[in-house]
Amino acid sequence: MKTDPKGVLTGSHYLDGDFACCEGALAAGCRFIAGYPITPSTEVVERFARRAPLVDGALFIQMEDELAASIAIQGAVWAGKKAMTVTSGPGFSLMMEHIGLAAMTETPCVFVDVQRGGPSTGLPTLPSQADMMQARWGSHGDYEIIALSPNSPQECFDLTIDAFNLSEQYRVPVMFMMDECVGHMMERVVIPAADKIEITPRRYTKLPPGQYLPFKPAADLVPDMFKAGDGYRLHVTGLTHDFRGYPVMNAEVQEQLVHRLVDKIRLNAPKIWRFEETGVDDADVVIVTYGITSRVASEAIDIAREKGIKVGMLRLVVVWPFPEPRIFELACQGKAMVVAEMNYGQVFYEVDRSARGKAPVVLAGHGGGTVHNIDDIVKKIEEAHRCRS
Amino acid sequence: MPVRQREKPFGLPKPETPRGEIVILEERCKGCGFCVEYCPHQVLVVAAKYNAKGYHPPQIQRAELCVNCGFCRMICPEFAIYTYEPRTGEKP
Amino acid sequence: MSVLNELQKASLSPSGGQTGPEKHPMDDFLRMDRMPHIWCSTCGIGVSVNCFAKALEKLAVPLDDVVVVSGIGCTGRVAGYVKVDSFHTTHGRAIPFATGLKLANPKLKVIVFSGDGDIIAIGGNHFINAARRNIDITVICINNFNYAMTGGQLASTTPEGSILSTSPFGSFEFPFNLPFLAESVGAVYVARWTSLHVYNQTNSMIEAMKKPGFSFIEIVAPCPTIFERQQKMGDGLDRLRWYCENSVIRHDAGTKEADIRLRDKLIVGKFVDKERPTYLEAMNAHYQERLGPKYKVYEG
Repeated sequence: MKTDPKGVLTGSHYLDGDFACCEGALAAGCRFIAGYPITPSTEVVERFARRAPLVDGALFIQMEDELAASIAIQGAVWAGKKAMTVTSGPGFSLMMEHIGLAAMTETPCVFVDVQRGGPSTGLPTLPSQADMMQARWGSHGDYEIIALSPNSPQECFDLTIDAFNLSEQYRVPVMFMMDECVGHMMERVVIPAADKIEITPRRYTKLPPGQYLPFKPAADLVPDMFKAGDGYRLHVTGLTHDFRGYPVMNAEVQEQLVHRLVDKIRLNAPKIWRFEETGVDDADVVIVTYGITSRVASEAIDIAREKGIKVGMLRLVVVWPFPEPRIFELACQGKAMVVAEMNYGQVFYEVDRSARGKAPVVLAGHGGGTVHNIDDIVKKIEEAHRCRS
Repeated sequence: MPVRQREKPFGLPKPETPRGEIVILEERCKGCGFCVEYCPHQVLVVAAKYNAKGYHPPQIQRAELCVNCGFCRMICPEFAIYTYEPRTGEKP
Repeated sequence: MSVLNELQKASLSPSGGQTGPEKHPMDDFLRMDRMPHIWCSTCGIGVSVNCFAKALEKLAVPLDDVVVVSGIGCTGRVAGYVKVDSFHTTHGRAIPFATGLKLANPKLKVIVFSGDGDIIAIGGNHFINAARRNIDITVICINNFNYAMTGGQLASTTPEGSILSTSPFGSFEFPFNLPFLAESVGAVYVARWTSLHVYNQTNSMIEAMKKPGFSFIEIVAPCPTIFERQQKMGDGLDRLRWYCENSVIRHDAGTKEADIRLRDKLIVGKFVDKERPTYLEAMNAHYQERLGPKYKVYEG
């Protein structure tokens, strides 16, 4: 369905990634943001605080800490709104318990992590991409989430809308993994008219109270939702629960529930994967990258091609669930892989695992603080090319 | 003249003490003893028999003294006892 | 007068739950398919749920608009037993979840029902900020002076000298005075009752739910299996007798005097009942003043 035009700032703007993300949220129908200031993500909520009073039905509240922010949005979702929260590394760590709660109670919401140098307080104003594994594995227990990674302010706008759509479709918390570079760079962002923006509405149940079972899945493994105040009088808990939502503590219900939570994403993964390939068909070396590093890698590819090495790029747009079959396919074709990311190896391990030994995988990583040095990537491309022969 | 005769106006109906019927849902009782202890007229006692859970539920000892105050209903943690007014059905 | 003995009429279901025609007047407010509840015999939580059900009945709000949010712990299980939309969230975070619910849909009547450790220890930050903002929710805190669900550990409300599993030689920490804390952070309605004061509890719950703004009710309840047993104070009935002897109703008491000591007098009453604009009232008034006719009043 088409989005509500009240939140859409149609036109061509010169915005930074953080502002574009806020506009994307408003365009997607997000009407509740609970946030806590943390560099470099503060601009997202600053803009929302400015825009919310003038958009019907939008409310911004700055909570007292990230723990409160990450659960206040879930309260807003169960009251019927679309909600998002915004943070960076240290706040992301604090939010982990509630990401687990959102996964367990199947609450659709978006968590934006504008990654900065870590660990701990790290480099607040400088980029890194070192939260990628945390996005997937940060909370305790078995669960699956979807994570997206934009590489430009325009993508910050477009992919935020996709993040909301994916979260509503699969009733899962979606991690929007920006980095400080993309968040603070200013570029042209074109926001289309409201009737050109497709959003996925929340799938509420059509059954009357008494017949509706809140956690009974439909054919796509996703249950229909309800909201508080509609007369269903149902219970939602973080304990392991059966179809009625009542806590039941035994292994059978754990299998019934948690296996479905995991399968919900794993079995639907082929529809969720998204990546962009350039020049991969004839390449001998493929650079697997995401976020701001992909823009540096494009330059490195040009330099390497001039040197005679055939290099292509696979840019991950949806990082989790990870497109293992595609990596395996490329590896079987004998292409060496270079994983360029701003960390000491996170998505690298996924690529290495997916290649299953069929091709050499080399990491072009560094600890963050600045984007890659193009020559370092070129050197790694040459190394991968040598490994291949 | 006794004081009472001077105070009372003539011809008005005498105030009636309310009456209550007690319903004990014995199988829910967990033998806490709150209702027995705090009934203002000591209408209840702890029964000698057990319910299926192994607790002694309350037993009505002086049913005619129940005034439908509802305190037993209010203080029971197990929702195992309540009273009602037999003519109006009011449940306090 | 006749006596209706339900045992003669009813048949037992294998789980010991209720079958047959017997029905309690509060059954409409409870999820009867989950009864009997998990609370111990002579525990005070069941009494408060009974009072809450009566308060809902007397308040006569449509039950579809009532939402109960609770945290983790023995009191946290209340959400699972009350037949309204209910949310059993993470430890300490019931209040921000309730904030999100209320702000997203101001027509809901949101009640937070949780224990002392959940609300003021791990959830302390959220408690003081929600009270400061005067979010329109009612917080009912059942204070049994320990973390009962996990086996009876020291809590931030435990009176000095108490012996619990993480204070095996007696607690030497000074506990929170919850009414004092609630008043100082700006709660508009603060009351404390014990499990014995059932009528007062019910009336307080009705007043608190009617009142716009952050209302706080502390209910001092017995925990016979753990707290009372460890302090050798008997069971819940002995404790209610103790409340009868030792609690004093003083509505005029300053909350500063309402400290709880282990074997000392206990002050109960309705301490604070004042008026203050709620978060949404203040927000709407402020934006109307600053932004003028461009601003449309936020209603959810």
